[in-house]
Amino acid sequence: MSRAKKRTGNPAFTARPVAAAGVPDQAAPTTLTTVQDVPVERPVRVDTSVFDEQTWQRAGEIIARYPRSRSALLPMLHLVQSVQGHVSQAGIVFCAQQLSLTTAEVSAVVTFYTMYKRQPTGEHLVSVCTNTLCAALGGDDIYSRLRKQLGVGHEETAGRPGSKGSITLEHAECLAACDLAPVLQVNYEFYDNQTPESAVALVEALRRGDRPAPTRGAPLTDWRSAELQLAGFFGAPSELRDAVDAPSAAPETLAGNQLAQDNGWQAPATPDQAPPLPDVAAKK
Amino acid sequence: MTERTLTPVLTRRWLSPKSWTLDTYTEFDGYTALRTALAAQPDQLIQLMKDSGLRGRGGAGFPTGLKWSFIPQVKPGEQAGGAAAKPKYLVINADEGEPGTCKDVPLMMADPHSLIEGCIITSYAIRAHECFIYVRGEMLHCNRRLQQAVNEAYQAGYLGKDILGSGFDLDIVIHAGAGAYICGEETALLDSLEGRRGQPRLKPPFPATSGLYEAPTVVNNVETICSVPYIVNGGADWFRTMGTEKSPGPKIYSISGHVQRPGQYEAPLGITLRELLELSGGMKGGPLKFWTPGGSSTPMLAAQHMDVPLDFEGAAAAGSMLGTTAVMVFNTSVSVPWAVMKWTEFYKHESCGKCTPCREGTYWLTLILQRMVRHEGTAADVETMLDVCDNILGRSFCALGDGAASPIMSGIKYFRQEFLDLCAKQPGYGRPQQINPGSEIGLAGSRR
Repeated sequence: MSRAKKRTGNPAFTARPVAAAGVPDQAAPTTLTTVQDVPVERPVRVDTSVFDEQTWQRAGEIIARYPRSRSALLPMLHLVQSVQGHVSQAGIVFCAQQLSLTTAEVSAVVTFYTMYKRQPTGEHLVSVCTNTLCAALGGDDIYSRLRKQLGVGHEETAGRPGSKGSITLEHAECLAACDLAPVLQVNYEFYDNQTPESAVALVEALRRGDRPAPTRGAPLTDWRSAELQLAGFFGAPSELRDAVDAPSAAPETLAGNQLAQDNGWQAPATPDQAPPLPDVAAKK
Repeated sequence: MTERTLTPVLTRRWLSPKSWTLDTYTEFDGYTALRTALAAQPDQLIQLMKDSGLRGRGGAGFPTGLKWSFIPQVKPGEQAGGAAAKPKYLVINADEGEPGTCKDVPLMMADPHSLIEGCIITSYAIRAHECFIYVRGEMLHCNRRLQQAVNEAYQAGYLGKDILGSGFDLDIVIHAGAGAYICGEETALLDSLEGRRGQPRLKPPFPATSGLYEAPTVVNNVETICSVPYIVNGGADWFRTMGTEKSPGPKIYSISGHVQRPGQYEAPLGITLRELLELSGGMKGGPLKFWTPGGSSTPMLAAQHMDVPLDFEGAAAAGSMLGTTAVMVFNTSVSVPWAVMKWTEFYKHESCGKCTPCREGTYWLTLILQRMVRHEGTAADVETMLDVCDNILGRSFCALGDGAASPIMSGIKYFRQEFLDLCAKQPGYGRPQQINPGSEIGLAGSRR
């Protein structure tokens, strides 16, 4: 029986020939004839055709932003998620090919970061902050209510992933909106000052296919569209401008400014003319 | 009312309609500092930052001008060699994620151009021609606003080639992270920006000589760089009219938790919690029990610390740290062991796994605290935790481990009896709701 036929398991890798050290194995592939030739990762036979011409072009544009191509990996993984709804093996191979990395190098990065999902994600990703401050103000309660409502746990999806109204739930760490606690995000847009009831109503609306506007952030789209933006593709200039002009400031954000304005408090005035810069020659 | 009032400098445009646009920014002196800066010698700007006493707003409080001056530069008449010959980079740490911290995100959303202008001036000072703004991935709206601001700046000639005819070139790239608290540590951020797992690097070499792509790099916090244009326009003396001798300038204090009016309050460094509480309407739902001066990594303080001046020296003298001035305020309804458990779960989740003290320590501390909050702990657990913390603090690879030890050590320092009471198997009656066994809120978070 030929060695090739005996090979089982992951077709992506070629097994090390089992011949005794130093004895050439007749049946082994010519590239791996001796034990000294440590088996290398062979070109991976994974179908990456899901990434179309436009994705290839976008990958190229990401690479062009950086002095060194590897810096493109994080945004490129966001790009991959915008196509497939998660980082699949095909997505890993795609990035590896684009950046001349091994799939192991790419996988190491994928598994490190929370925002890269290894399982297909729902139309919407609902992230509930359960860090201490939000939790003390009701975040834990919101999270447990949504778990019951959706019948899922952390990073699990209610509904068929990607289908209309499907929702992936996760508990998130501090979302940098503590003055608006408890907060949650849908596709990384903010829904501030939530209660269990408002969160349940929000998720019900999402399941129906509605897209309630966030408190702060652009009109809701879906998670894949958000991922495309994180890869740095914000659409046409007019689209970006519209999204940019969506609300960002809550009354809490402006609390200090409002108070200062109401009381006429100001910082000490700056001089009318910028004062001369220090003379460095004199100082040395 | 308090003598000290608010001093909106960084936040002064926030109330303006469409404060994030170039039009609004230029209406209020935007990009005027840039013209002044480009007409000066880069070294003058570095000296100005030194004179102003500006200290890093990301938590550590390192003097900004000094940091800039560490970048090796080719001296006139000398042959370029070594690190000085390499390209220089400016990297902005916009990976805000320290629990309680919520100042950079609203700042970038409301006034992205102040960051862009600060980046251009800083790049000119350190002679960098490429700048990266590493924005936390979850902050999508920030990413948008910054990208739009960069686009506007290019169109207006503030970015790109030959900025305002000065001969200076600069490109800025907005780079979204992917959800890792550790990437707020500057060397982990650099590894992440290079497309790797975000794990901290051994120092030295420091980023000033070997940072991004092993080239000289300045890594600064958003609020620090946003301060730069104001200092150029106002001068060092003006900047020093606010704050204290060693901690000059205004600072955005983020007050959250059990207060009537949580939010962003920009005040001179050195304001006290008592004053901040007055400004924000006082406590809500009960008296003050514990608070953090600057995020969960800064040791918690208690009611007796309300008059501690919140500047770098004052917070340190009280046994804590100024951190990010993320003032989280908790009333008496909150259980300290429970709060500490939640924070420790956070550090365990975010530990990058590179060094043993932090990776293993946070894992075991979480288990101990969860057990304790389940009323299954023993009095010895308190000493065990302190012992474990002692093996993390100062012995881990980066500050994440130190931060993980902070809530536990400070929590036990001020509220030891509360930990011991939990172990005494007293009935849940009359306890704060988070640790009441029958509570709906209960341990939802810890059973995840």
